[in-house]
Amino acid sequence: MIGYIVRRIGVSILILFGVSLFIFALLHAIYPSPAIDVLGARANGALIKAFNKQNGFDDPWLVQYGRYIGNLLRGNLGYSYKLNQSVTSLINEVWARSAWLSGVSLVLSVVIAIPLGVYQAVRRNTIGDYVATGVAFSVYAMPVFFLGLILIQIFALDLHWFSFEGSQSTSVVGVIGDWHAMTLPVATLTLLTIASFSRYMRSTSMDVLAQDYIKVARAKGLPERLVLLRHLLRNACLPMVTLIGLSIPNLLAGNLITETLFNFRGLGLLFYTALQNVDYNVLLAYTLIGALLTIIGNLVADIALTVADPRIRLS
Amino acid sequence: MQMTGGGGSLPPLDITRAPEGGEIGPVQSGWRLALREFARNKLAVVGAAILLFFVIFSFVGPVLYHGNYLTSNLLAVNEPPGAGYPLGTNNQGYDELALIMKGGQVALEVGFFSALVAIVWGALWGAVSGLAGGVVDAIMMRVVDVFLSVPFLFIVLIVAVKYGASVLNLSLLIGAFSWLVPARLVRGEVLTLRVRDFVSAARVAGASRTRLIGRHLLPNALGVVIVNVTFQVADAILAIAFLGFLGFGLQWPNEDWGDLLSSGVSYIQDGYWWQVYPVGACIVLVVMACNLIGDAARDSLDVRLRSR
Repeated sequence: MIGYIVRRIGVSILILFGVSLFIFALLHAIYPSPAIDVLGARANGALIKAFNKQNGFDDPWLVQYGRYIGNLLRGNLGYSYKLNQSVTSLINEVWARSAWLSGVSLVLSVVIAIPLGVYQAVRRNTIGDYVATGVAFSVYAMPVFFLGLILIQIFALDLHWFSFEGSQSTSVVGVIGDWHAMTLPVATLTLLTIASFSRYMRSTSMDVLAQDYIKVARAKGLPERLVLLRHLLRNACLPMVTLIGLSIPNLLAGNLITETLFNFRGLGLLFYTALQNVDYNVLLAYTLIGALLTIIGNLVADIALTVADPRIRLS
Repeated sequence: MQMTGGGGSLPPLDITRAPEGGEIGPVQSGWRLALREFARNKLAVVGAAILLFFVIFSFVGPVLYHGNYLTSNLLAVNEPPGAGYPLGTNNQGYDELALIMKGGQVALEVGFFSALVAIVWGALWGAVSGLAGGVVDAIMMRVVDVFLSVPFLFIVLIVAVKYGASVLNLSLLIGAFSWLVPARLVRGEVLTLRVRDFVSAARVAGASRTRLIGRHLLPNALGVVIVNVTFQVADAILAIAFLGFLGFGLQWPNEDWGDLLSSGVSYIQDGYWWQVYPVGACIVLVVMACNLIGDAARDSLDVRLRSR
């Protein structure tokens, strides 16, 4: 198993290298140099050439890539010419807030979706199952922002239970404590994740319930509660491990739209601002972080599944 | 001479009756069987009907209903649904219903076209990779892994910002990042199929690799591909809605549903619900229809789940 993990990590590093190369090449093709941003929109060709030469932007892109990676490994992610801050400091300001938003949603959705999926499978084809499946299906088909809009309309504008904006507090502690403002963003992300998780959980649970060992457990006289807890849950949760690993990068992207909708100052809003300002370094850094999280998510999912499922380990 | 032991004569041999007395129906091909299973699934029929409705609504609707979505009409700004404006107007006096029809055209065009691009490229890639095997297969699949790790939404946004958005651009862009899953699926199917007898027979008969892929492998992997197409369409429509909502989608006069939602959001506190909910409902219905069709296609093409 250690060999498998080492091999997996090796392949992931290779893929990370390939992804960073591709992303860097793509962004470099689109925005070759920040000359216009620094010198102003009316800089003439000669000035731009001189700037590029002075700052190394006319080197072959592989050389620039090497330089960027070298800087990256030292913690320097570049400089944002539009916001006049280093990218590292920009990210440091806001990553904890986004992490809190994503983390809480993920934990809540796992805690709710697993029992919900099991309930739907055990009570399949009853009213409860149909209602839950129908709701999950509709939510699954909704874009994130529409779900958020509906929640805002009902709970913030009509009922005045929550605020229609995310927390505007500048400290993470303030954000954590501000349930009035954070409930709706968390609810939006959570509901969407529950919709997809519970569908998978339901179909996996139905598969497991058809297995022979469940019949044996019931025939032994085990109370239904223990059948579900001891046998069903452990086996049905295995695909969930993969799903959770794979949804780590999704939370970053889902954050993008949720944060924009709720005006919550996190990584997503940073990216959105960078898109509107065409802030190349921030865009590059954000995309690379996204790619890194995707690869880590896949790796974690694979390794966790291998650790959790003895059948894979021993095969 | 009669046989004893049964008591009485045997019934005349009737080849249309199975031994247990059941009818032998006409032989049905796999596709007709799948189609019947599909039609039996009520939700799938509903989904197909919804999709058909939206195709007609978006493409035939503007021919019958001439709403104004091109010229500003400041006298009729933000009108609620009423006389002359079935779904009200937006902040520039454009007719919401006409805007939704136009948005539907864009959404369906980009959805289907990008799914087509993704499926064609992905299926070819996966088939070639699965058939080749060895180093070529490993390299091609590593390329797929690399592209899969690229965060789709970010790249699409960045490229859309730089190169502007048109129907063709967006379809190619979305297709360029959606071909990965079909590639993996088709490769899996091809790996299963290439050890079958009919492939060996074709090889022995001298079939070239192109013919093998085109005539034997891909048609048999079509089931998986069809299921994936429907989900690709749903994902593409959601992706354009995201792009439009963030403001980087198509520009006027090709307003997309996401665009409409984003302009409606500013007025949600004023209570102009007609600018938000009808558009949102359209998005949800179309995506849900595609998902329903995809689920039903998966059920009907998966032999193990057949009711017979």
